[in-house]
Amino acid sequence: MEWTKHDLLDLHDLSRAELELILKTAKSFKEVSSREVKKVPALRGKTVVTLFFEPSTRTRVSFELAAKRLSADTLNIAASGSSLSKGETVLDTALNIEAMNVDAIIVRHFSSGVPSILAENLRSSVINAGDGCRAHPTQALLDMFTIQERFGRIEGLKVGIVGDILHSRVARSNIHGLTRMGASVTVCGPSTLMPIGIEKLGVNVNYNLDDVIQESDVIMLLRIQKERQQEKYLPSIREYAKVFGIRQQRLQKAKKRVLIMHPGPTNRGVELTADIADGEHSVILEQVTNGVAIRMAILYLLLGTKK
Amino acid sequence: MSLLIKNAKIVGPDKIALKAQNILIEKGMIKEITGEECPSNIKTIDARGCYVVPGFIDLHVHFREPGREDKETIETGSKAAVKGGFTTVLCMPNTTPVIDNKLIVEGIMKEARRVGLLNVIPVGAITKGQKGEELSDLFELKEAGCLAVSEDGATVQNSNLMRLAMDYCKMTGLFVMDHCQDGFLSQGGVMNEGYHSTVLGMKGDPGISETVVVARDIELSRYLNAPIHLVHMSLKRSMELIQQAKKQGIQVTAEACPHHFSLSDDMVASFNTSFKVNPPLRSKEDVSAIKKAIKDGVIDCISTDHAPHTREDKEQDFDHAPFGMIGLETALGVTVSELVLQDYLTWPQLVQRMSLKPAELLQLDNKGKIKEGFDADITIIDPEAEWEVRAEDFVSKSSNSPFIGRTLKSKVKYTIYGGKVVYQCYTKSIN
Amino acid sequence: MDADNIRRAVSRMSHEILEKNKGIGNVCIIGIRTRGAVLADRISQTIKEIEGKEVPVGILDITLYRDDLTMVASQPVVHETLINFDVTDKKIVLVDDVLFTGRTIRAALDAIIDFGRPANIQLAVLIDRGHRELPIRADYVGKNIPTFIDQNVHVVLEESDQKEDKVVIENKIV
Repeated sequence: MEWTKHDLLDLHDLSRAELELILKTAKSFKEVSSREVKKVPALRGKTVVTLFFEPSTRTRVSFELAAKRLSADTLNIAASGSSLSKGETVLDTALNIEAMNVDAIIVRHFSSGVPSILAENLRSSVINAGDGCRAHPTQALLDMFTIQERFGRIEGLKVGIVGDILHSRVARSNIHGLTRMGASVTVCGPSTLMPIGIEKLGVNVNYNLDDVIQESDVIMLLRIQKERQQEKYLPSIREYAKVFGIRQQRLQKAKKRVLIMHPGPTNRGVELTADIADGEHSVILEQVTNGVAIRMAILYLLLGTKK
Repeated sequence: MSLLIKNAKIVGPDKIALKAQNILIEKGMIKEITGEECPSNIKTIDARGCYVVPGFIDLHVHFREPGREDKETIETGSKAAVKGGFTTVLCMPNTTPVIDNKLIVEGIMKEARRVGLLNVIPVGAITKGQKGEELSDLFELKEAGCLAVSEDGATVQNSNLMRLAMDYCKMTGLFVMDHCQDGFLSQGGVMNEGYHSTVLGMKGDPGISETVVVARDIELSRYLNAPIHLVHMSLKRSMELIQQAKKQGIQVTAEACPHHFSLSDDMVASFNTSFKVNPPLRSKEDVSAIKKAIKDGVIDCISTDHAPHTREDKEQDFDHAPFGMIGLETALGVTVSELVLQDYLTWPQLVQRMSLKPAELLQLDNKGKIKEGFDADITIIDPEAEWEVRAEDFVSKSSNSPFIGRTLKSKVKYTIYGGKVVYQCYTKSIN
Repeated sequence: MDADNIRRAVSRMSHEILEKNKGIGNVCIIGIRTRGAVLADRISQTIKEIEGKEVPVGILDITLYRDDLTMVASQPVVHETLINFDVTDKKIVLVDDVLFTGRTIRAALDAIIDFGRPANIQLAVLIDRGHRELPIRADYVGKNIPTFIDQNVHVVLEESDQKEDKVVIENKIV
């Protein structure tokens, strides 16, 4: 299997063999991250820019660390409001950055499709670090990596994704990736936050969390964004926690080896209680560790291809 | 000034004339249509091989003047219109300031006369400032030259106010056009709600935002016994509601746009903002239903909703780019390619939908037909010409067209307005 | 070279390693993926048979240290590095199948030094085919084989190639 993609935009574009290569490569990089000297010279002389139009500390820091561990130079640009208010378009901003001869632009944008438009117009590799509610490929890859590490496989596992599916790019990317790898995915959440036609993506829809808990090998919780509450999708956060929040007592019916995942940051007491977030089933911190390895793998693979 | 069109194969609302004829034009009117020889000492156009049709009438354009002359002006919009074969257009009131008083109406009409390429009729806003609060001075708008009123994209959300507007316009004789969209249901939507919005993670505008207002307007029309015209209908379900209403004798008429019978929501996956339009591109099923409705006459006429935007505005991300696409220069080509060539419409039916019916709706008694005594608003078309849509060829000030790169069939060779040649095509087509 | 020649060469190199290091105290063996790792295993096995003691063996993947990464058309697949001991103050015997330009060994030296500070690093290769581009030489050589620069030297080992051991020299197909 030879890697030929120049950009990472959406897991939907990747074959199973490509997904497997990423996961395998990430395994090697996880080993690098465990060394005393956590740095290899693979991307020496390359420049990697994070261009974030939406605030995010975790993802940006994870990418930055990944690039640094590969010896690339990194530059962080928080673009929210800076040049846009001067009438510059996203593409202008990106072209200006590229004019400084950078090799990869890692972009996060509040609007779906921006990374794709940039990829069409830039020579640099474009990595989607989250666009609108569409895709967050590296998050899904690190989730898949974590699952594979724990179970030794993804094929045949049952994964329940719980929460605000409508606004979740994490859910969409995981659905694409996990189903392609042969997992069976069930989405669960309030019906008002369930997008139309989601079952056509090859997932089951179940509004009963207890059923989902009982059958799942992995339960992936999504963050409830309180700011979305202006649109009144839910009666209240309190009611959400009651109907869709994970508590110890609810987990009693779960499989013994069930994994509890969350892309972070968690709303403790809403999506899950604190004891579960810190409990034996939780792999939330491992997800963060694996995020660096996955992002190293992506940077390594993409920066080796020529456009 | 006189003009002679020789060898004219006239397409009327019922049939294509079997024999080529000569059309003699004098003083802006069609003086004579004859098979006999005509004087040879006057300006003559040889229409051999072409169809000669009554000038198209577009009930729905945005010329952006006053306010956004960087996107389009009455002058550039007029040039685009005549290039597309249109001789009358209705320009929508969402200018800055809004067309809600006689001064602005007169200003637009004065500029349109100065440009002098075609008949530009301003559409007044139903409420002052399109704010949905109080009715504009509708009598005054009518006197100043508005034949129609519309709230355009702002849609009168308050059903009582809409009732009053329809009632008042019935008395006034103003043609009421409604852009049907429930603002609460469509809020934030940037594309059709459905499978594709789910995959793309974009906020959807559900079809029900259109159909609930279609249903409301039909009910108001029924109750008030007042006519209502529903603009740029985009859904299969709207077709069902309109068809049913028409069967019951309710005075509802409707229009559809070329992009709604040729493009579908899966195309948004390119993230090309030229595909962002309001109402949004709908499903393939809706597209077929619109085509069928045009064929069956559920849709009365074809309008463009020509909505120019600058490159800067359209180069924003999909969520923030403005809605709209230009359509005047591609309307005929798309209609022929999608409807005539696919056997949904005959040429006479195309003339009905693009010339005769709009003239009737606006009570333009001397337009919409090629007939002795009628205005000499005539479009001459090469039905066999194939051409590729290219951004650099648009005469509109903007080039936000989703049809760029497509090859279309049929091209306007001449547009004649009031007996004067206002457009002539010099470029050769592909074949 | 055939399987017997290879076996004898490995055996001799193992004895030389023991002799030079005066036993196996403090010695660790690191094989470079893929065939160097196979040879490292064989050497450690041989030493165990002679001395009756285990020598720690590690596997090194040098992909990330290659100096031609910016020039290749697509990134080579990265494999795992498995070094489960601290290299600091150890005598490291680095093992590879063929010594050619020396660039692989340069990358391996950098990689090992990122793991710690060994007392020294020695180099064992099955074949030395000449044409060095860097100032590197082997401490233990199975066989010196003079070659033309445009020839290929293939080492086939049972564990990695599922075929009987041999060394083949091929002229490049132009």
